[in-house]
Amino acid sequence: MEIVSELLSGDRRALARLISMVENLEPGAKKALSELYSYTGNAHVIGITGPPGSGKSTVVDKLTLELLDEGKSVGIIAVDPTSPFTGGALLGDRVRMNEVSLDEDVFIRSMGTRGHLGGLATKTRDVIKILDAFGKDFILVETVGAGQSEVEVVKAAHTTIIVEVPGLGDDIQAIKAGILEIGDIFIVNKADRDGADNTARELDTMLGMNQEEKDWEPPILKTVAKEGKNIDELNDAISSHLSHLKETGGFEELKKKQIRDEFLDIVREKIYSYTMERTAEGKIDEIVENVMNSEIDPYSAAEDFLEPLEEDRKD
Amino acid sequence: MGRKIRVLIAKPGLDGHDRGAKVVARALRDAGMEVIYTGLHQTPEQIVEAAIQEDVVVIGLSALSGAHLELFPQVVDLLEENNAEDIIVLGGGIIPDDDAEKLREEGLAKIFGPGTPTQEIVEYIRENVELESGE
Repeated sequence: MEIVSELLSGDRRALARLISMVENLEPGAKKALSELYSYTGNAHVIGITGPPGSGKSTVVDKLTLELLDEGKSVGIIAVDPTSPFTGGALLGDRVRMNEVSLDEDVFIRSMGTRGHLGGLATKTRDVIKILDAFGKDFILVETVGAGQSEVEVVKAAHTTIIVEVPGLGDDIQAIKAGILEIGDIFIVNKADRDGADNTARELDTMLGMNQEEKDWEPPILKTVAKEGKNIDELNDAISSHLSHLKETGGFEELKKKQIRDEFLDIVREKIYSYTMERTAEGKIDEIVENVMNSEIDPYSAAEDFLEPLEEDRKD
Repeated sequence: MGRKIRVLIAKPGLDGHDRGAKVVARALRDAGMEVIYTGLHQTPEQIVEAAIQEDVVVIGLSALSGAHLELFPQVVDLLEENNAEDIIVLGGGIIPDDDAEKLREEGLAKIFGPGTPTQEIVEYIRENVELESGE
């Protein structure tokens, strides 16, 4: 496809257009992604997650400066929430990325979640591939402000960074399943504030309680991203993590898991759209009415609804 | 899912008054659009680069410093240089009628003065974006 060859030749507009095509599920998007696939797999994908206001965008901004200093090129995907009521979104992460926004080795794209839960947007994984094929050495994925269960970033990233700040909740918050289990690197940002040492210590204790034998000990770093403090250490930790993955075979394992997850997600999506395409208009409304009027329960309704699919299969 | 309207709201120049820009950004968000907000003190280069990367169909510029006659047309020129003249550029802020006329001659699609109901901006964008994509 023309847009693919334009993109591969370094055309920024083609890159931006293809991302929109994929986000809008426009015709041709799938074909373009298939054509691009063989050019992917070279970028180091880094996920950055943490609660709202913890400084994720600023960390991304400063980390990008470090990477640029080393002569690397960087793609940034910044995800913000879409309103469940209007479908609109205010994407404001660029405000904190002004220092790098004009560098020709940087490409920043903001994405609304568009109804997707889990911390990423529906098409974030595809956009990562597009930036990867475009030739970016590093791709930084900033999630929506994440609470406890927005852990989907691990499905997309090789290295996941959790950004915490002093003074948020007590240690029981940290024992709950979820976000603490996915971090490869932890940072206590805004470490010039009171309580930073406590937060780092609590994190350390919680991580230490994990009995499971782990060959990678997630480092806990204290940063003041706004001043660029300790971002070089963060960069070093990222390199160490990647080397670790490559040396231990963890990289292959992770890649395999991600490919499996993605494949199953694609199949799930296909089955859904296959079914919906074969559904008469008004059918869903009719079922909803029937369940409302207690004529049928939703479980049996779903069985009945999928019956024709079964028929197809027998043919 | 159809094509979502993406709009860049930017403040070129040195004034620090972004209340109006934020009100417009919010109104467009509530109208179901994806609004990319870039913050204060943007250069025309930064604005155009952001518009290209974000693949927006509209740029809304707001300036209250009086520098609009200089900065707004620079955005239009830079879009042309980057083969992105299809992006619609709108202006807002305290802009005298004479200036608004000049800006339209320079390639801005429309100027919305103080007190414009936000619904008017929403409708303008909807109508003109549909025209552009020929839907």
